[in-house]
Amino acid sequence: MIWAKLAVHALALTPAAILAWQIRSEVLTGSGGLGADPIAEIEHRLGLWALRLLMIALAVTPLRQLSGQPVLLRFRRLLGLYAFFYASLHLTAYLVLDLKGYWTQIFEEIAKRPYITVGFLAWLLLIPLAVTSTQGMMRRLGRRWGQLHQLVYAIAVLAVLHFWWLVKSDIREPLLYATILAVLLGWRVWRKVAEARLRRRAAAQ
Amino acid sequence: MSLRDALAIPSSQITDEAVYRERRRLLAAFALTPALGLSGCAEAEPPAPRSLPAASPEQMKAGFRTDEVLTRYEDITTYNNFYEFGTDKSDPSRAERTLRTSPWTVAVGGACAKPGKLSLEDLIKGLAPQERIYRLRCVEGWSMVIPWLGVPLADVLKRFEPTSKAKYVAFTTLADRKQMPGLAYPSINWPYREGLRIDEAMHPLTLLATGLYGKSLPQQNGAPLRLVVPWKYGFKSIKSIIAITFVERRPLTSWNDLQPSEYGFFSNVNPSVDHPRWSQKTERRIAGTGSKLFVDRIPTRLFNGYGDQVASLYAGMSLRLWF
Repeated sequence: MIWAKLAVHALALTPAAILAWQIRSEVLTGSGGLGADPIAEIEHRLGLWALRLLMIALAVTPLRQLSGQPVLLRFRRLLGLYAFFYASLHLTAYLVLDLKGYWTQIFEEIAKRPYITVGFLAWLLLIPLAVTSTQGMMRRLGRRWGQLHQLVYAIAVLAVLHFWWLVKSDIREPLLYATILAVLLGWRVWRKVAEARLRRRAAAQ
Repeated sequence: MSLRDALAIPSSQITDEAVYRERRRLLAAFALTPALGLSGCAEAEPPAPRSLPAASPEQMKAGFRTDEVLTRYEDITTYNNFYEFGTDKSDPSRAERTLRTSPWTVAVGGACAKPGKLSLEDLIKGLAPQERIYRLRCVEGWSMVIPWLGVPLADVLKRFEPTSKAKYVAFTTLADRKQMPGLAYPSINWPYREGLRIDEAMHPLTLLATGLYGKSLPQQNGAPLRLVVPWKYGFKSIKSIIAITFVERRPLTSWNDLQPSEYGFFSNVNPSVDHPRWSQKTERRIAGTGSKLFVDRIPTRLFNGYGDQVASLYAGMSLRLWF
């Protein structure tokens, strides 16, 4: 178990490590493989990994149900926290690198640009989930913990929307994530419907 | 041997400004452009370099030159929006050299006395290529400073003797599935189209570019012939032109057609008219060597700083309405 967890940590940190290395060479040499507009590349990549990890975290439940391996659940919190980690770095890059010197622009951007509004909202909603991810908080919140953490569905929708509204005309990449999300959420709806039907049938007998 | 080969210098050196200044003197000596059919001349002994005069005050005043720090050749040629080769900015330079730029013909027609289908060489015959150093501002909020080589569009258009009915000029990009892999996906209603009002087209700043950094244009930058309209957002500067038509009515333009609320026909750079996704107040300048990680945004200027030259074209027009 400890090895599996270490492996997840290592995998989740790899994109950040690669990026950190490229940023280092960018600072030192001016060509770190981040392209002509390194700031945009850093933002984009951090955002993409936040979204990917969120999708992977959402895939845990269906995978557990399909495989019957309850042990998978132990990785869900870790993956969710890494999604928050990348989302926070994504926001930090936007504030520190992109808006550098124009921080006052942030309020205007959040208010005026729908894609930034939903992206920022998604990050805000992640905070209570991250804060309540400890065992202690789980115990203290009891049933309400599960209810609170259903926010992740809204967050995922906002995150995909954030990506979708950002592209100019080629929607293929955000469409891919929207499809994955639809499958992940659709699975849950389908399960709920099927369970309800089973209960009704059992009650009728 | 093409001129591009003859003047091949590793891109690592091209980025160096001192080297570039040196090259400019050579270029002047060569009176270059491959379009003029000078291939072969490079094999002769280069004439003694005569120095290209530094930008004169007149050139600076006309907006033909700027002394701002240049964008590296490497950055200009690897960061391109040219959806015919893919929608990622690195796609056009990564794509195989699939675009056949020679021979190249341009059809000029519509409201003019002398329409015709000409080879690129004939189109610009006798017009000496000029070097222009322009700012390029992309609607996405980044900008570059690019040394183009080209001829004023007005000089080319006048040869076709546009009639009084020519109120606008329409341009079309090549759309050939065999040469352009991006056409497989309808990100734009192919072919890509752009247009200018006739007075904008005839403005001395409007350039038909055939070269970049003294070399012929690479595929990703719109080889072999592209428009450069420095006071408008980059997408107005249509690439790989195959047709120029004089028309009476405002022509259809690709981005305007795709999303008229976001991309106006005029698309003049204007910090006070926002795009729904990008504030146009500031921009990130991609220029110079060294790390671009900690550069500040710079304020965007009305007409991309070419207001002295072009503001009169829009006198009395609401730039908010006619964005």
